[in-house]
Amino acid sequence: MSKEPVAVVGIGQTKHVAARRDVSIAGLVREAARRALDDAELTWADIDAVVIGKAPDFFEGVMMPELYLADALGAVGKPMLRVHTAGSVGGSTALVAANLVAARVHSTVLTLAFEKQSESNAMWGLSLPIPFQQPLLAGAGGFFAPHVRAYMRRTGAPDTVGSLVAYKDRRNALKNPYAHLHEHDITLEKVQASPMLWDPIRYSETCPSSDGACAMVLTDRAGAARAPRPPAWMLGGAMRSEPTLFAGKDAVSPQAGKDCAADVYRQAGIADPRRDIDAVEMYVPFSWYEPMWLENLGFADEGEGWKLTEAGVTELDGDLPVNMSGGVLSTNPIGASGMIRFAEAALQARGQAGEHQVEGARRVLGHAYGGGSQFFSMWLVGSEPPDA
Amino acid sequence: MPEVLKAPLVVEFPFTRSLGPVQSAFLTGLRERLVLGVKTRDGRTLVPPVEYDPVTAEEIRDLVHVGTTGTVTTWAWNHEPRRGQPLDTPFAWVLVKLDGADTALLHALDAPGPDAVRTGMRVRIRWTEERCGAITDIACFEPYDGDDSVVTVHAGEFEDPVHGIVAQARLDYTYSPGRAQTAYINALAEHRAVGERCPACRKVYVPPRGACPTCGVATSEQVEVGPAGTVTTFCIVNIKAKNLDIEVPYVYAHIALDGADLALHGRIGGIPYDQVRMGLRVEPVWSEGGRYPDHYRPTGEPDADYETYKELL
Repeated sequence: MSKEPVAVVGIGQTKHVAARRDVSIAGLVREAARRALDDAELTWADIDAVVIGKAPDFFEGVMMPELYLADALGAVGKPMLRVHTAGSVGGSTALVAANLVAARVHSTVLTLAFEKQSESNAMWGLSLPIPFQQPLLAGAGGFFAPHVRAYMRRTGAPDTVGSLVAYKDRRNALKNPYAHLHEHDITLEKVQASPMLWDPIRYSETCPSSDGACAMVLTDRAGAARAPRPPAWMLGGAMRSEPTLFAGKDAVSPQAGKDCAADVYRQAGIADPRRDIDAVEMYVPFSWYEPMWLENLGFADEGEGWKLTEAGVTELDGDLPVNMSGGVLSTNPIGASGMIRFAEAALQARGQAGEHQVEGARRVLGHAYGGGSQFFSMWLVGSEPPDA
Repeated sequence: MPEVLKAPLVVEFPFTRSLGPVQSAFLTGLRERLVLGVKTRDGRTLVPPVEYDPVTAEEIRDLVHVGTTGTVTTWAWNHEPRRGQPLDTPFAWVLVKLDGADTALLHALDAPGPDAVRTGMRVRIRWTEERCGAITDIACFEPYDGDDSVVTVHAGEFEDPVHGIVAQARLDYTYSPGRAQTAYINALAEHRAVGERCPACRKVYVPPRGACPTCGVATSEQVEVGPAGTVTTFCIVNIKAKNLDIEVPYVYAHIALDGADLALHGRIGGIPYDQVRMGLRVEPVWSEGGRYPDHYRPTGEPDADYETYKELL
């Protein structure tokens, strides 16, 4: 028996900001969930199950927050489950929800991911003072910057490429009302003049710390037929993982990422991603990860990713727009960031992305990664249902 | 087998909580010696109040002022109070249904012993003298044999409401790095770097983990590596980290010790930060009594050829 096609019929986000002091965590997730239901013109009673994701509990210090969020998400009396795969969790959460529909376990599933970074300090949450170990690391930037340098060495990319990505994403964010950073006076010169935090990563090439939530309503063919607005159809979805550190790991272009993308393309019948995919929402927390992932995801040959960025191919009006929403560089409620990529990809396929819509986007990739480049989750969504 | 290392690990952080409108009213009420509940559409009063109806998922905001007296619905005796608990002498954990409420609130009951506690007993709130808008504004409950209190509707509006609280969280662990890392750490004390070789893929892991993450087999063959190594990649850290006694800028590097099949992480010193480069040959510098190299410094050898370490990136 073939899988049930999965449709995205509702999408909701909060306006992402540095601190939502006016709402509890329950109030925050409720806002996104309510907007997704409204978009789908459904009520809580129409939802069969809830799948929720967030990054480590230490980020807010609420252990197993899903237990207390059942009321806010209308999950009482229904199956509710929590997914956790570090930064990629928003993507994996959506895929777990999608699989419940594809397997015909449930007809309509609400999936949601959130982070309220202002309640805590992610840098602290990731850097416990482990006995007998030398305290060294200065946050995620310190972890990823050496890999960026390795990429630059491997490919010979000029050191301006990172600033081009940041400048593009921050300008794209101006067209997205939900984006956290709206830097109206951004210029390339400002990005390039911003201080080096973890050389080769500059301040303006790093993601902000945000409070926010993102929700989607996923449903089957019958649900899609009743939807008030065009759905986005899932054409392929996959997750892969590998250890953070192991002998032979390619930290610049991890094998798990390549395998994950290959699986998605196989499911969706994509022979040439560069030709067959119209736009990408990829997880780029530090600007240089755009050219790195362009290669890892097969949009460019090894060593060539930066050339696409430099040539403007990934601009909003380029022929492979990347991070039309402004991306993680403009909005980063960590646990939600992956789901925002997936949801923004779906918005594009539905033609509902507003000012940052890519004209005629028919197949769009949503991508997330997490941990020390060890978890990957991706989906490809399209404006037409998968072939039967 | 030598003894495995152990050390205490305390994880402690003052988390902040944004309360939202309902919890804000509830905690501000406590500061004013009022207990507020919330009314559901089917007429039940939930105390402590919640923002969303557990049955219908509706947003609920109708606050009512319930009694400060109530009835114990169930309890458990706490023989040995821990730090941070409401009372420092043995007490009962109780669920109390306050007069006018349909759900029970968890708190402590001050009682001389378990014989003095029973389900159905009447209790009242003992307020803390200095209140700030926190659940601890209720010091505890105490036995009470007076009248029921009166219940009224309350707008939940206060001057200077509490919008957030700080929740001090603390976890006490005993941390052990395990057999393989204990051997590694003990060797470091003798200024030697000792890894383990995987019997299947022959890769040498430094620090060792006791198992090969790719082959999934236990490792035990010890291999001394280094002391010198090659900087495979690095970044220059310009941010001063809290609780980290290192002056910025400093170079945080991946260093492949000679004979190791993956890089470990260390700080580079003894060379201006802007002269560090990929391929730089370095050796450890030990500090008096340190458990690990304080940093690595250039050996003075010519740089390693990119081809020799590119597979380690």
